[in-house]
Amino acid sequence: MNRLPAPFGSRIDRSRPVRFTFEGKFFEGYEGDSIASALAASGQWVLSRSFKYHRPRGILSMTGADANALVQLPSEPNAAGERTPISEGLRVSAQNVNGSLERDRDAVMDRFGRFLPVGFYYRTFMGPRRDSWLKFWEPIIRRKAGLGVVDTKAPHRHFDKTHLHCDVLVVGAGPAGLSAAISAAEAGADVVLCDENPEIGGALTYGRYDPEVLSGLASRLEALPNLKVLTGTVCNGWYEDNWLPLIESDRLHRTRAREVILATGAIEQPAVFRNNDLPGIMLGSAAQRLIRHYGVRPGTSAVVLAANDDGYRTALDLLDAGVSVVELVDPRPAGEAGPLETELRGKGVTIRKGATIEAAEGTVGNRHLARIHVGGSWIACDLLTVSIGQAPAWQLPCQAGGKVGYDASTQAMTITLSVGSVHLAGAVAGVDELQDAIASGRHAAATALMRLGHAVAAEPAVTPKSVRPRYVQPIVADAKGRDFVDFDEDLQVKDLQNATKDGYREIELVKRFTTVGMGPSQGRHSALATARIVADATGRSVGEIGITTARPPVGPETLGVLAGHHEVLERRTALHARHVALKAAMKPVGAWWRPYYYGDASSAEEAVREEILAVREGVGLLDVSTLGKLEIRGPDAGEFLDRLYTMAHANQPVGRVRYCLMLNEMGSVVDDGVAYRMAQDQFYVTATTGAVARVYADMLFWNADWRLKVDVLNLTGAFSGLNVTGPKARQVLKALDSDIDFSRDAFPYLSGRDGMVAGVPVRVMRIGFTGELSYELHCPSSLAPSLWDAVMAAGRPHGLRPYGLEASRILRLEKGHILIGQDTDAITTPDELGFGWAVSKKKPFFVGKRSIEMRARLGQTRKLVGLQFPAGARNIPGESCLVLRSGAPVGQITSVGYSPSLGRHIALAYVHADDQAQGSRVTVKCRDGELVEVPVVAHAFFDPTNARQEI
Amino acid sequence: MKLLTCPMNGPRNIDEFQSFGPVRARPDPNATADRDWSRHLFRAENRKGIVIEWWRHVPSNYFFLAERDLVSNEVIRTFDVSELPERA
Repeated sequence: MNRLPAPFGSRIDRSRPVRFTFEGKFFEGYEGDSIASALAASGQWVLSRSFKYHRPRGILSMTGADANALVQLPSEPNAAGERTPISEGLRVSAQNVNGSLERDRDAVMDRFGRFLPVGFYYRTFMGPRRDSWLKFWEPIIRRKAGLGVVDTKAPHRHFDKTHLHCDVLVVGAGPAGLSAAISAAEAGADVVLCDENPEIGGALTYGRYDPEVLSGLASRLEALPNLKVLTGTVCNGWYEDNWLPLIESDRLHRTRAREVILATGAIEQPAVFRNNDLPGIMLGSAAQRLIRHYGVRPGTSAVVLAANDDGYRTALDLLDAGVSVVELVDPRPAGEAGPLETELRGKGVTIRKGATIEAAEGTVGNRHLARIHVGGSWIACDLLTVSIGQAPAWQLPCQAGGKVGYDASTQAMTITLSVGSVHLAGAVAGVDELQDAIASGRHAAATALMRLGHAVAAEPAVTPKSVRPRYVQPIVADAKGRDFVDFDEDLQVKDLQNATKDGYREIELVKRFTTVGMGPSQGRHSALATARIVADATGRSVGEIGITTARPPVGPETLGVLAGHHEVLERRTALHARHVALKAAMKPVGAWWRPYYYGDASSAEEAVREEILAVREGVGLLDVSTLGKLEIRGPDAGEFLDRLYTMAHANQPVGRVRYCLMLNEMGSVVDDGVAYRMAQDQFYVTATTGAVARVYADMLFWNADWRLKVDVLNLTGAFSGLNVTGPKARQVLKALDSDIDFSRDAFPYLSGRDGMVAGVPVRVMRIGFTGELSYELHCPSSLAPSLWDAVMAAGRPHGLRPYGLEASRILRLEKGHILIGQDTDAITTPDELGFGWAVSKKKPFFVGKRSIEMRARLGQTRKLVGLQFPAGARNIPGESCLVLRSGAPVGQITSVGYSPSLGRHIALAYVHADDQAQGSRVTVKCRDGELVEVPVVAHAFFDPTNARQEI
Repeated sequence: MKLLTCPMNGPRNIDEFQSFGPVRARPDPNATADRDWSRHLFRAENRKGIVIEWWRHVPSNYFFLAERDLVSNEVIRTFDVSELPERA
């Protein structure tokens, strides 16, 4: 066991052991352990195999940002083993393994590496045939590559989304972030502070710092009720106007901040040398995290590579944790000894200056670090910590418009943000000393507060007390390779050098050719080294090379977080409960639920047939509440409709109802309905259920553009509609208590009346609809159920039957009434529908007029006609079946159904313009490929003279 | 997510709005050749620079205009239709 005693292990609870399995073997850790720390505590250092060469990999950073420690959980692939806590009975397995983690059959790939140069796939798998890549090579490579496995049977989890608003959002709760958040909150601002770690403090929780610093900041923070702290929360992107997704496990806080302070810290960088990927080689900060957070001793005998003070502090931490430090290797030339060096020498540690790690060697199968090569000799060790430098965490600042640069004097990567509502603080702004970081947090807060209008004293910008150039390790390709720049993608120095030799000199091209930075770490550990290699190889500066564009998301996010808690939205008419009580089969039509037919599923066909016959022979009742209902009011109402619809409405007499057809500017049919002129300055207009939202928006748009004196109201939800239809419809209405005279002469076809029916205020329109005598009664939705009940009761002696959507569709099809969107498409003109009668020839203007005139000159190619199949026809083509002419498609079936009134199948179809005459025969290709000949008939299959609707 | 300032409702998330495209001159339909009419219908200019666009605030169904820089995506101002110069 590598477990250290308390106080090491701030995150674990030693009183609560947790058992889990990894690769089928039992392991024990403590509550609070991550998968990687619990495994490390038990001596399991290999966590995965690498992507290309299947080399054993282990802990590199302990931040969960790289592919090394990605593991497979039962219902979650690519879980970050370094961050994911263990839980009782959790089954964890390794990824990218052929066989087992211990014995990976693909480990042989490591020896074939020289046959897999960069760009190998692009060049090799092109042949022999044109489709060889897609058909042969890609499936093989897919099986070899890839990381975790998606569990398609994963249980459902609850995800949700919330909104968060604040004056100041501080990302990162390290010393700079804490100081910024506290300063802003103490000045009275509403502050949110988030950090991906389970606790606040950042480097203060694992670095070698005075614990008083953190406890001092924490106690000030606790006293501030206007400071909301979100730990375990990742800020995964920056979007325009400071819109930031904060992901707190399965909850997404969509956050809008007036000012944002990014204190995202710095990312420690690995060193590049042969076999730098062996388990046992880790970043100095990873060793510190293991020791302080989890109480895990990262090795027994260590070599420390240190090019900065952090490396010396790591060496002291290792000594405290009982690790024997064999040697500290400092590549910087010998100079005056600082206090840390003196302290280390005092504890007997050998310090070698001006040297660096040349190579490492592993145990059998490269399963762990065995020795390292320094200054021409080998040193045995099982731990190498690397502290050679840092890169600012550039992801969020760059998304917010920051520019990456390179300061040649300090040899540091820099980020600059233009003046605005996003501010940098701490290590991300290039400030590394603790007190400087705290001061830079205060400075950022003061800047943000002033922008918010708080009267605060200006804080001086931080100038580090001493600007020491950072030491930069030169990167030289090892003759034998395996000097990894990108661990995720198994890319070595020579791979990047070769890319530049192949002419890929720009960083974005190098990335695409080599895949560098495309893995899970997204260049966190490779971007800086890559920029240096490309700069060296092309004779330019690192600043000129730069890094690739950073885009959201910063890290992986689950689809569940994006989807959130999702309820399917549905609309119900005011009569929904009435339909359900009548045992209607309810079906969704868009967002609406509508009765499809009334009765049992077992007798659906019969029910539809009976409903149709009831309308044709007696009387039926349909809920048409889903129809779009618009009210146009104002002195210019008639003029407005004249411009929008194809027929004339300005001269429409009050009390009359007129068909209305709407075109778009291209002259295509987009909607139809009826317009009832209720008064000189008031129209009640219906629109199709699916199109009303767009028709309404278009009306408002044209109204804004034309600026006529009209007002448009969308009454679709406020009003309900009942269609009473059939030869006995008038008898039913006459039986109701009403002030409207329903007699034929007083209330003729295509007129409208308003009044009271059964105590309910109604607008009644006599229209065609089913082809029978039809009255459409519209009333306020709250009163619709009582009107429905009254009509049902009055209709009972006359055999009134409610009918559903399918009967309605057939009834309308029997009359050849088109359905917009079903019988029309994006290019349908009124002429193609035979609707010349509905287009005014006199009006100077209406939307689409110019275009249909132009399209008429192009000549008509198709026409919508009726097709009538012989009684008992065996093969009936379905909707969308092609109409052929000399073997070539010229149109298609748009609607088809069995007409009980006619005893045969009927259809609407687009046919060639030359075949539109009644009696022409057209060829239709059925679903099974059979060609059938069908005669063309009049649109109105049933009652072609329309006598029945006018009785 | 971008904020757009509705002249009636104040700053709101851009997903509450629907774009109706740039304000364009409408040629006289009766005095335009077929060819030019087709261009008017099917060709969008999309030149670099500042455009005035129609926007709709969907929940309130209010149409207004926004002046936007197509290069920087900065919304310079938003205003009611009545303030459009040629309509004032």
